[in-house]
Amino acid sequence: MLKLSAAIAAAVMFGMPLVAHANNDSELQSIRNEIEQLKQSYEKRIEALEKRLKDAEAKAAQAEASASQAQTAAETASARPASANAFNPAVSVILEGTYQNLSQNPNTFRIGGFIPPQNEGVGERGFSLGDSELNFAANIDPYFKGNLTVSLQADNSVEVEEAWFQTLGLSHGLTAKGGRFFSGIGYLNEIHQHNWDFYNAPLAYQVFLGTGPIGNYSNDGVQLKWIAPTDLFMELGAEAGNGNNFPGNGDQNGVGTWALYDHVGGDIGDSYAYRGGISYLQAWPSNRQYSAFDAAGTPVINSFSGNSRLLIGDFVLKWAPHGNSTSTNFKLQGEYMYRIEKGILDFNSVSTTPVPGPYSSYQSGWYLQGVYQFMPRWRFGLRRDQLSSETVNVGQVQYGILPPQDFPILLGYTPKRSTVMLDYSPSEFSRFRLQYAYDQSRPTGVDDNEWTLQYIFSLGSHGAHTF
Amino acid sequence: MKESLKLFTMVLLLLAYPTANAALNVLACEPEWGALTQELAGEKVSVYSATNALQDAHHIEARPSLLAKARNADLVVCTGAELEIGWLPLLLSQSGNDKIQPGTPGYLEASNYVVKLEVPKLLDRAQGDIHPAGNPHIHLDPHNIAKVAAVITDRLSQLDPANAATYQARGKAFQERWQAAIQHWEQEAAPLKGVPVITHHKDMTYLIRWLDMREIGNLEPKPGLPPTAGHLAELYSEIQRDPAKMILRTPFQDPRPSESLASRAKIPAVVLPYTVGGDEKAKDLYSLFDDTIQRLLQADK
Repeated sequence: MLKLSAAIAAAVMFGMPLVAHANNDSELQSIRNEIEQLKQSYEKRIEALEKRLKDAEAKAAQAEASASQAQTAAETASARPASANAFNPAVSVILEGTYQNLSQNPNTFRIGGFIPPQNEGVGERGFSLGDSELNFAANIDPYFKGNLTVSLQADNSVEVEEAWFQTLGLSHGLTAKGGRFFSGIGYLNEIHQHNWDFYNAPLAYQVFLGTGPIGNYSNDGVQLKWIAPTDLFMELGAEAGNGNNFPGNGDQNGVGTWALYDHVGGDIGDSYAYRGGISYLQAWPSNRQYSAFDAAGTPVINSFSGNSRLLIGDFVLKWAPHGNSTSTNFKLQGEYMYRIEKGILDFNSVSTTPVPGPYSSYQSGWYLQGVYQFMPRWRFGLRRDQLSSETVNVGQVQYGILPPQDFPILLGYTPKRSTVMLDYSPSEFSRFRLQYAYDQSRPTGVDDNEWTLQYIFSLGSHGAHTF
Repeated sequence: MKESLKLFTMVLLLLAYPTANAALNVLACEPEWGALTQELAGEKVSVYSATNALQDAHHIEARPSLLAKARNADLVVCTGAELEIGWLPLLLSQSGNDKIQPGTPGYLEASNYVVKLEVPKLLDRAQGDIHPAGNPHIHLDPHNIAKVAAVITDRLSQLDPANAATYQARGKAFQERWQAAIQHWEQEAAPLKGVPVITHHKDMTYLIRWLDMREIGNLEPKPGLPPTAGHLAELYSEIQRDPAKMILRTPFQDPRPSESLASRAKIPAVVLPYTVGGDEKAKDLYSLFDDTIQRLLQADK
């Protein structure tokens, strides 16, 4: 464009003097003609250039339009699921194992002062594979969600830990669940062991809920939860189950156990969040057996029938500076349990005929623990466990039929345990833990030093963090 | 027993429905979406943000207070792309609220409506905590904010038809003001073109891409893993070859790694507000971008 105007200017400048000095008409005419030709040719070229410019502009507009089209296409494409196997359930696997050094033989472990629950224990000596857990979860349809957790155990047995369906947004704050599930009572019970802050369960969970060292209390049954429409979190829950697990033993028609609970929670400023609750669990065990020894050291199988009522108070308080838990955070958690069991206790010695007698017990226990993440990846924790066998009335002893030594495990005792732990998490999906417990659970008065090294790895889909 | 039950019911009723003035209850997962919804809806909605500017949205828990909010929400506005995977699914499934389940109009994932960057070619946790759908930290490109704003406006109108005209008018006004603001920011930020930076996590990528800056590394060895001394040493030698101008982080990230690398490499460590409320100046979306650009320009001097 610049070139063109320069050429015109030059032509005009050189043309002027020619006009001024021309003294011949024909000469003038020919010059005029030449200028006219020049003018025409430049006009043509300008026209051509203008056309090219217009074309270019049109093309640019077109390109812009197709670019925005491509963008829209990309947006729609990114919103679309990748393929048909997007409908597969989310799968996750937990790998877990321990190395334990226990100063006492784990096979003789007994918690003193209480009717022994199922699976009582401290785990195994040396290397051992923990529960390898396999979890499948997905929405079933717009109304239900399903979840299956299978535990592959170190002894090659398989256990269905949880298998439940749950309603998806029943509205009005209601959620119903059915199948096998961890009961919502207390705080720790709904949390899977690989998410615990210590390797093993509190002693109170072992004696009152029969969870064993690393289990949870579960039932086959139904659950209904309701969240109140308030700014303060308030949840009411009710459960009915077969009561197959301790403290029940599921030897009846209909409902073998039921539970009620209420949880309240909220935030205190930016940095604190809490939840507290009370729970009530009722079961009707019938011929719930336990093996023990009598005064002479002969093995006996005693059994309890009656009703078992458990009250749990639980709380958890979490702190993180402005709620940002990435660098440092602290968690304080505790539960108190109180149990009343009333019924008939059968004393079944191998040599004599069964001796039944009335039985009642009022027993309690608690734990309190604090876990502090003092820098990214590293946490330190302390836990104190204590149980109190309190009042145990054994009819056979009260009426002088049998000596108290025939029920050595029910003699008054206060089991205690103190635990410290340090864990290191290279990422969200891996954790190593070192734990030491000074354990005074055994009624024989021998103390146990329990060292545990544990690894926990989580593979597959990203699980959600329960509070 | 009967008396106490009665009392209990009465207490429940007293506590019920404490906030019923606004037409819609909105639960935003992050402050930027809370601020945007408030901007678009004004007093027609009551907005609660699940996270504040000092929290990492990857790492909060489904707290009881959030469950209570989810139970009463008419609309949840979240980033999506698995940013909230650790807590949002739990909130939704335990809320007992059918209005905010995925697939309903009451559930909005902002990242579905923008072009996501860094969609991983390889899905393997050995790459760190990667997001299969792409980088979810979309909000620091204001063009993305504009796109999400249009979607929120439509959703609000759909959920609350009585006030649809208001939402549409507010939405239109916002878009006009926002486009003008973008032009202003782009002119202002022109000197930042090509400036090489290091960030703590891959959460500034959209900002960097928008302003044509250059991301030459991250303090995290892999996404989601805390920085290690070894990786910082590697970055230091990287800086010797390709001198970064500054190290960027958010208010909720551990200051120690970026401060130590910055003092060694003698370049500034800059805390960007990252989201609304991230510092005193970033009071709303406009001042968030104003302040972000000012801080970048200052560090670039």
